[in-house]
Amino acid sequence: MTTTVEPVTPRTRRGVELVLLIVAIAIVLLAWVTVDLNRNGTVPAEIIPVAGGLVVLAGVVHVVLRWKAPYADPVLLPITTALNGLGLVMIHRLDLAAGRLGADGNANQQIIWTALAVALTVAAIWTLRDHRLLRRYTFISLAVGFILLILPLVPGLGREVNGSRIWIAVGPFSFQPGEFAKIALAVFFAGYLVQTRDVLSLAGKRVLGFTFPRGRDLGPILVAWVLALLILVFEKDLGSALLFFGLFVAMLYVATERVSWIAIGLLLFGAAVAFALSAFAHFQKRVDLWLDPFSTENLERSNQLANGLWGMAAGGLTGTGLGAGRPWLTPFAESDYIFASLAEELGLIGSVGILMLYLLFVERGVRTALGVRDGFGKLLAIGLTFSVAFQLFIVIGGVTRLIPLTGLTTPFLSLGGSSLLANWIIMSLLLRISDQARRPVPELPLGVGADPAAAETTQVVRL
Amino acid sequence: MNTAIRRLSVLIAALFGALLVASTVIQFAQAGSMRGMAANKRTLLDNYAQERGSILVAGQPIAQSVEVDDQYRWLRTYPDGRLYSQITGFYAYSVGNPFGLEDAADDLLSGKADRLFVRRVTDLLTGRETAGATIELTIDPKVQQAASDALGKNRGAVVALDPRTGAILAMVSHPQYDPNPLSSHDLDKAASAWKKLSTDRSKPFTNRAISGDLYPPGSTFKVVTAAAALEQGIVDDESSMVPGPAELDLPLTDQPLPNETRQPCGPDDRTTLLHALEISCNTAFGSLGLELGGEQLRAQAAKFGFGDSIQIPMRVSPSTMPAEMNQPQAAQSAIGQYEVRTTPLQMAMIAAGIANQGRVMTPYLIQSVRTADLDVIDGPPDPKELSQAVSTRTADILKRMMVSVVDNGSGRRAQIPGVAVGGKTGTAQHDLEKSPHAWFISFAPADDARVAVAVVVEESGVSGDEVGGAAVAAPIAKAVMEAVIGR
Repeated sequence: MTTTVEPVTPRTRRGVELVLLIVAIAIVLLAWVTVDLNRNGTVPAEIIPVAGGLVVLAGVVHVVLRWKAPYADPVLLPITTALNGLGLVMIHRLDLAAGRLGADGNANQQIIWTALAVALTVAAIWTLRDHRLLRRYTFISLAVGFILLILPLVPGLGREVNGSRIWIAVGPFSFQPGEFAKIALAVFFAGYLVQTRDVLSLAGKRVLGFTFPRGRDLGPILVAWVLALLILVFEKDLGSALLFFGLFVAMLYVATERVSWIAIGLLLFGAAVAFALSAFAHFQKRVDLWLDPFSTENLERSNQLANGLWGMAAGGLTGTGLGAGRPWLTPFAESDYIFASLAEELGLIGSVGILMLYLLFVERGVRTALGVRDGFGKLLAIGLTFSVAFQLFIVIGGVTRLIPLTGLTTPFLSLGGSSLLANWIIMSLLLRISDQARRPVPELPLGVGADPAAAETTQVVRL
Repeated sequence: MNTAIRRLSVLIAALFGALLVASTVIQFAQAGSMRGMAANKRTLLDNYAQERGSILVAGQPIAQSVEVDDQYRWLRTYPDGRLYSQITGFYAYSVGNPFGLEDAADDLLSGKADRLFVRRVTDLLTGRETAGATIELTIDPKVQQAASDALGKNRGAVVALDPRTGAILAMVSHPQYDPNPLSSHDLDKAASAWKKLSTDRSKPFTNRAISGDLYPPGSTFKVVTAAAALEQGIVDDESSMVPGPAELDLPLTDQPLPNETRQPCGPDDRTTLLHALEISCNTAFGSLGLELGGEQLRAQAAKFGFGDSIQIPMRVSPSTMPAEMNQPQAAQSAIGQYEVRTTPLQMAMIAAGIANQGRVMTPYLIQSVRTADLDVIDGPPDPKELSQAVSTRTADILKRMMVSVVDNGSGRRAQIPGVAVGGKTGTAQHDLEKSPHAWFISFAPADDARVAVAVVVEESGVSGDEVGGAAVAAPIAKAVMEAVIGR
């Protein structure tokens, strides 16, 4: 399957998307039935509504894409459907193990969230005809992102869960606003950097072969750094801090193509981590657990890391089979540890498969960033893509003991509404940008040329 | 910007590469070693999920897995738990299976032993669920019960062997405990049972018959001294005269070695070897020890099995005798004091060797290994000779002497009407503040021995009174021998 943009007669590839969607839904349904066969030996009655629901939800997005964004990337939606579905299967499987049936189950809740996410996606594709419209909201996005980030710190609203204060609770609903802050900040960074990239990339002194920025241009990176530090200190959330700061540095690098920004970013973040390590027992404990998860005293403190590793080891090459392992032994098997849960039951083959799905998702995102013609679109696409990839690295790297464990959700797979909604929005933005990227160049002379800077002057594209 | 995007995508690819490598390491390269970690509950649960083999005594289970309707599937139960507690050990969720056959025969019971390999392959091909092997023991339940009843509330141990084969007929260690609550699936109940057991100062989980702190053998060791003296030609036979003063002067020290009665063992401070054994004369055997020297005593003890690592399949603590003893130490060792330390099983092997023409058989507990549906995998083992400890002639002399100990000497309480019984009493000083341990080793019937017994009763002897100590231990040995002969 080639996806190069053909300049003469570009194809929408919506047919390919439909075929891939059918494959994705078939895989999910097969997995769901396997769970019940392994647990109870029967094909579950709920498979009909589950199948119907999946077909309707994916179908609605597919139809809206045909209508409103016909040139959108054909692979993103099937991958999202497959990942979301596999997450649902594992959540359903853990429900069965815990005896949470029907409406009490987490899976039921997750299905409702999925429906909401799809509604939001449809709304986003429908109303946002051009991603460049978002550029108008650059500074509003900053404000929104900032407010979302500090919401958990508001007394009475914020909740501290497992040592990190990243939740808010409104009535019966709890929410991780950081997931949405990620999007708002990506929009802000893209809008801001596209304006200032010339100054940030050209001015400065050359020292030792690197061009270092002027002191006054260091402002933005310092603001982002302080923001990350605040999250670190007050919300005690190393994962989110790392994610936001990493996102900013990556976008800064793409905007300016200057390696010195990465060097400065790494130095600043290193200093922050060193400070956090010396100041908070919470982080020292995590590093301790990371270095030796199997020692007797560390097992008494927390057996989560060890249990996740044992679960993955129990799966081995081919896995225990869906429904036949013991993923519930690991705390947070349905959220932070859902990758380990799937790895246990699907084996190395399954975990490589899931990583490949993500890699493909990210590859489509990168391709979109390369293909889109305007600088804002490029920055936004690569920023959103990088945030998914980096978040995945932080959480799965933690589970597989590459880096110390920090609590982040696994995009599309984890149980949890905020994460699901936020990631579907990211996907719909990528779809919108890719539609723009793959769409044939309009015949109207709009000044769209090879120079991406010129494209930025275009306000609205009407077709 | 595209150059930077491409470079960034290389970084992203590297991050994914790292995740793929990490997953492969965990799920492929290190999977085996992680599954083997002791704290890994999944491995433990896997073991639970499989039917563990039973342990049978005379066809009846003393440990078996019963299918239950909970996440662990199989509940380990011990129908006559207390009586066999040190033989079976237990199988607990929290602490595993650290003792007894549950530990030592784990590879058979769990079905992982190499010799079950063919079985596992056929199970795989026929789709049958692999179950652990069932093991049948050499224990005779009547003898085991008799030994436990006779030992009563005393702390101590009893071992009964078949001298001809080395088969262990009874192995009792008091105090006993109930393994059932430890194996309970009610984890709180199991944890409190383990806490109670592990902190009990009398250590019921130790099998005193083969392990634990080991005991000084006291006067029962005089049999070994007599064996060495006969083998080395220091004495001819039981009627040879040996010194028997009230006190034996020892070189290098002012402390003499006294008789417990403070009397000489015979007229003119001399006595026959036979009489010396009958009345357990310290000075006679002390002087034989002086003549033999530490090394020859040690060599004779080694021939009876001292220092050997034996597995029955539980590991038997090797009995010890210090090397390079000086003369007074050799004299003390010759009467089973100083630093001689032994197990009841070792002392039963000495009695059995003497009863079996000097041939000591390797002791064993497993009679046969069967599949869950009782097809035999390994039949009764061929009896294996551990060593020829003494010549047939020496064995005959020792046998006659030991029969005389029971007929005329300190072992009268072990007499069984109509049966020739050989035995030797012992009183072992272990702590000056406490009463000594009482010992008795014996065999019967003397002309064609079917059972050899060793009994130790902790802190029940009376200092300075050999017969008093024997009063406790000898009747226990008698009850055990009767249970074998009378069947």
